[in-house]
Amino acid sequence: MSNTAKRLYYIPYMLWIILFVIAPVALIIYQSFFNLDHQFTLGNYAAYFTSGTYLRMTLNSFWYALIITVATVLISYPAALFLNQLKHKDLWLLLIILPTWINLLLKAYAFIGIFGQNGSVNQFLGFIGIGPKQILFTDFSFIFVATYIEIPFMILPIYNAIAEIDPALLNASRDLGATNWQTLTRVLLPLTRKGVVAGVQAVFIPSLSLFMLTRLIGGNRVITLGTAIEEHFLTTMNWGMGSTIGVILIVMMFLSMALTAERRHKRKGIGTGAKEK
Amino acid sequence: MKKLMSFFIAIVAACLLLTLGVNRLEHAQGDANAKTLNLFNWGDYIDPALLTKFSKETGYKVNYETFDSNEAMLTKIQQGGTSYDLAVPSDYTIEKMKKEHLLLPLDRSKIKGMNNIGKDFLNKSFDPGNRYSIPYFWGTLGIIYNDRYVQADEMQHWSDLWNPKWRHSIMLVDSARDILGLALVKNGDSMNTKSVAQVTRAKDSLDDLAPNVKAIVADEIKMYMIQNEAPLAVTWSGEASEMLANNSHLHYVVPTEGSNLWFDNLVIPKTAKHFKAIYAFLNFMLEPKNAKQNAEYVGYATPNDKAKAMLPKAIRNDKQFYPEPKTIGKLQVYDDLGLKTVGMYNDLFLEFKMHRS
Repeated sequence: MSNTAKRLYYIPYMLWIILFVIAPVALIIYQSFFNLDHQFTLGNYAAYFTSGTYLRMTLNSFWYALIITVATVLISYPAALFLNQLKHKDLWLLLIILPTWINLLLKAYAFIGIFGQNGSVNQFLGFIGIGPKQILFTDFSFIFVATYIEIPFMILPIYNAIAEIDPALLNASRDLGATNWQTLTRVLLPLTRKGVVAGVQAVFIPSLSLFMLTRLIGGNRVITLGTAIEEHFLTTMNWGMGSTIGVILIVMMFLSMALTAERRHKRKGIGTGAKEK
Repeated sequence: MKKLMSFFIAIVAACLLLTLGVNRLEHAQGDANAKTLNLFNWGDYIDPALLTKFSKETGYKVNYETFDSNEAMLTKIQQGGTSYDLAVPSDYTIEKMKKEHLLLPLDRSKIKGMNNIGKDFLNKSFDPGNRYSIPYFWGTLGIIYNDRYVQADEMQHWSDLWNPKWRHSIMLVDSARDILGLALVKNGDSMNTKSVAQVTRAKDSLDDLAPNVKAIVADEIKMYMIQNEAPLAVTWSGEASEMLANNSHLHYVVPTEGSNLWFDNLVIPKTAKHFKAIYAFLNFMLEPKNAKQNAEYVGYATPNDKAKAMLPKAIRNDKQFYPEPKTIGKLQVYDDLGLKTVGMYNDLFLEFKMHRS
């Protein structure tokens, strides 16, 4: 096939990327340099970095996203390991993925019912004599629900990474005298690092800008950058400031991608390099 | 592979059929195009039976499209894609639309029944002389309490919310103007102030209120209050009437020291096309009989005095939704403060939300 014909095939993909990736990001960056009077300004960025509110909000978002990610990894890794040893793997995996077919809003409303004053959790607490507790609108409920929603996105890549491992490697490690713990830390973890990294990226980045849950489950007692963006676009009509926060979120996302990707690179030489070839 | 192919073909065929069907339907509607009215209103904000009645009486077919915030409505009308004939914005949005030349003046010679509207509800600051708007419904901002947890005499004023007894008990509606507004009233300032010092002082008062705040939510307030999730909430009278209908323990109070008075009004946006239908509809809705029926369905307070007189006594004399004239005199209508001040209100409100006690 000639080179020009090959290039023709790229056109739809290039168009897609330009229209739906590059153009929107460029527009956001462009918008972020304008104030309410449509004048060019760096004021939005100055406002962001000098206002304690926005910086604190950024720290909050980061903090919550980190907790959610760590919690999902802690739950998903053993779950994925366990899944791989079951008989009907595919069926169980399907059951874990099933909740992602349901709309996020519906799941949030279901949790409102479960965690409410008259919800099943509080009824149980009352039954065993602890008495109803305030569960909705707390940090705990927000992190719990966010973790629940993100778990499938973490399990899938880890599960795939584990499934790819040659069982002979694990057997060899045991034959050569490694304890279970050593097999886990020296063989399994390095070999599944890629899956964990992919999972972390799929969970951490969207968690940075969760905003429906902050209101529905967190009762706006949990504030993340997503809340501020929504407000600037819908209520104050200050699209410049909203875009500025958007740009900062994008930069944060790139940073976290770069950070996690670099670690993988370093590891390549030690453990997984040979297998990838 | 073969299976997959036939599956794809089935989907494509179904899509084509649906498109064809939609096209047909739109065509059928298009035939009666001259006899339609495009009404742009809040969701579930008119008695559907009235629309049918209107169509029967006049022959105009009503296309009812909905929006869920003034801002969303404004953007759609600015873009002008659809020819909306009538819209129902709130007070401060009318001021804004006037400034942006998005409204057409009313031809008063074609309107019958303007004198049915109470004097209290005409000639307001957002539209002096009602050149552009006819009041549709009105309401207030107030406190809802659950009599299982709160006595009536404990909750009569905004300042009662600050009582340490109500720790983690209050649900606030997620609206910067309304919540800062109640703190402004409590401090004795105007709800329309542009003074940074006064609004900052209101924000400081709200920070003191933070330990009592359980959550800052939107529409969900209705569900939570009906399910006895919280003893207290701050929200609008329209929402309140729906909650009261579903939970007999709930009561609504408009603090006598003042609160917000809001209006939703019928206006003709510049996108309007079917003027005969528009005036037929305006006159239809001004008729006391129809306004009464609508008020009973929607549950908001009607500005139509003659319609109000026809309402059952229990509704008409309900101080919760038709407060005493003395209280009405203290209520304040929101002005359009301009983007800068609105931004200031929202930034301070965001800071209040971030405040942790």
